[in-house]
Amino acid sequence: MISHFLKLEWKYFFRSASFGKSIGIKLVMGFFGLYFITMFLFMGIGVFYGLKKFFPEQDPLMVVNSFLLYAITADLIFRYIMQKLPLMNIQPFLTLPINKNKIVHYVLVKSSFSFFNTMNLFFYIPFSVVLIKEGYAASGVFGWLFLMILLIQSANFLNFLINKNNKAFAALFALLTGGFLTQHYQFFDLPGTIGHGFDFIYHNPIYALLGLALLSVLYRLNFNQLRGLMYLDEAVSQKVKEANASDLSWTDKLGDVAPFIKNDLRLMWRNKRTKSSIWMLAIGLGYGLFFYTNPMYTKMDVMFVLVGIFSTGTFLINFGQFIPAWDSGYYKMLMTQNFKYERYLKSKFMIMTISVVLLFVLGIPYVYFGWKVFAVHFAAMIYNIGVNSHVILYGGTFNRKKINLDQKAAFNFQGTGAVQWLIGFPLMFLPMGIFVLVNWWVSFEIAIVVLGLLGFMGVVLHKKLMQAITNLYIKNKHAMIHAFTQEN
Amino acid sequence: MIQTTQLSKKYGQTTVLNIDALEIPKGQSFGLVGNNGAGKTTYFNLLLDLIRPTTGAIINHDIQVNQSEDWKSFTGSFIDESFLIGYLTPEEYFEFIGDFRGMNKADVTTFIAKFDTFFNGEIIGKKKYLRDLSKGNQKKAGIAAALMGAPQVVILDEPFANLDPTTQIRLKKILKELTDNKEITLLVSSHDLSHVTEVCDRIVVLDKGIVVKDIETSTATLKELESYFSV
Repeated sequence: MISHFLKLEWKYFFRSASFGKSIGIKLVMGFFGLYFITMFLFMGIGVFYGLKKFFPEQDPLMVVNSFLLYAITADLIFRYIMQKLPLMNIQPFLTLPINKNKIVHYVLVKSSFSFFNTMNLFFYIPFSVVLIKEGYAASGVFGWLFLMILLIQSANFLNFLINKNNKAFAALFALLTGGFLTQHYQFFDLPGTIGHGFDFIYHNPIYALLGLALLSVLYRLNFNQLRGLMYLDEAVSQKVKEANASDLSWTDKLGDVAPFIKNDLRLMWRNKRTKSSIWMLAIGLGYGLFFYTNPMYTKMDVMFVLVGIFSTGTFLINFGQFIPAWDSGYYKMLMTQNFKYERYLKSKFMIMTISVVLLFVLGIPYVYFGWKVFAVHFAAMIYNIGVNSHVILYGGTFNRKKINLDQKAAFNFQGTGAVQWLIGFPLMFLPMGIFVLVNWWVSFEIAIVVLGLLGFMGVVLHKKLMQAITNLYIKNKHAMIHAFTQEN
Repeated sequence: MIQTTQLSKKYGQTTVLNIDALEIPKGQSFGLVGNNGAGKTTYFNLLLDLIRPTTGAIINHDIQVNQSEDWKSFTGSFIDESFLIGYLTPEEYFEFIGDFRGMNKADVTTFIAKFDTFFNGEIIGKKKYLRDLSKGNQKKAGIAAALMGAPQVVILDEPFANLDPTTQIRLKKILKELTDNKEITLLVSSHDLSHVTEVCDRIVVLDKGIVVKDIETSTATLKELESYFSV
């Protein structure tokens, strides 16, 4: 039975959409994974000696213990954001002669081996090895390590019980900040108290078995929950949310592109993938705070360009890079409707332009960091409107990947191809390069003027550029339709 | 009139469609039947310029569909659910499509009102997105959208599939009325032989991309088709 499941798992992996992802994404993901693993590994080995050196009068194990509350809560928060619930497509199994309990056990046990559970071990295991090497009692260290492993597994199952519940997330966040505040103000040292608990385990390793009790309770709860979901109307059918009809008739003022703009606004608001990337706008807009508050960067004028392009163009980049893949689900239908392609692209241009101006206006407070910053942002806005918008629309003609709107955005690389990686260069680095060159050659003021002029030229040539881009879209129409009907 | 000449579509070495000549006069209701893989959907996709022909061409009311886009103004179609925009409510979807078909909001409302019985109270005012509707109800919305803006040519791929019996009967009535005055050319494909013989004046049978039968519908047609398919 288990071997059947494992075989399915194997096929699922090799035949899944993600396996077909481009090499670039795999490399980046692999790099992130390796990065975390190495970081943890080095920390695990080095932390003991580091603590010994900087806090010679304290026991490194106790110091680590007093920070474990943070580590565990942070781990839970990380899981909350990143980890997917353990799902297997159970629908086909329900009518087969397979014990339902077995399916549930399989799904749960499988989740125990996820990356999230192994990652932490790269810290705890080397740390324990160092402890034993440094003369700590092996039995105590083993008890401690055993408890840590049990706690990681418990966190795994606790996360599934929390199941994307916002209240629990808030509680975790409160625990994290609360712990920090109590420790900082020496009021009631919560992390320290918890830490003493771990010290106690080291001295009395037998009590590590308490973790086993915790784990089995959580496992049982998960089991009961999943077991109850083994019916079609529970596991498969999702709750149907009531449509929220908002009045978008104000967009009618925008003329013949209004239906598309309405559609795009609804697209952004009503789909998981787009909705969860809305917070990206806040990050993009606040990007400057990260640089301008740091005196190291305030001397580097070129950074202003980067921030300017990014903070006014964050929507342009996030939305624009997947034109026309956003509409991939119903692209065939669009292609049978009676409208000129130019009108469709014009609507996309319009929505991006509006966003750039809006983000610039919202970013006006950046003037606080000096007139230079403000002037560069202004030039960057013009550049975004005149040059980058056209570049990104041009890049869209190479999009050949379907986007499934119902999936969430964080670390979702669906729809991402070489285009998305390559388009970043002309968008960000070209204006930076031009700026640096002119700034060095002539002066800061002229460099700004040059950027603005380039943008202005783009605006003047808008009609011609759009015509050329439209022709490319029309030329690629059939290839796009074909690609968008494939599940990638 | 829709003229098809020397039309073929090949994927690699396999020919999925090969029609030498096929003429569908204006006002005809034309039925396309055939087993899976016969080339019905391929033909419709070619007619809508969603795929490119390997050879030949289709001329829809004097417009070669892969040369000019002007056929879009008088052609309504529904091929499959991918013609729907999942995150819109049916009302919003009709408004969106109506906009391309020269209908304002009031026009759309009057148009939808005519479909009250067909929708059976399951489409309008339900506060549901199209993606959350059942397959049958999605189909109802798609078929209605294909008929918006008084098209001259209507193309429906498998319109009867997934519909409940009552709706199938209502749809047959709608389609018959549509072609009553011989103004609108209707093209449907179906696996249901009795429905298609009831609705269509003419039935063409495709097999592996080739026209094997071309029948003016009569009382004997259903029998003839049944005997052809019962191999």
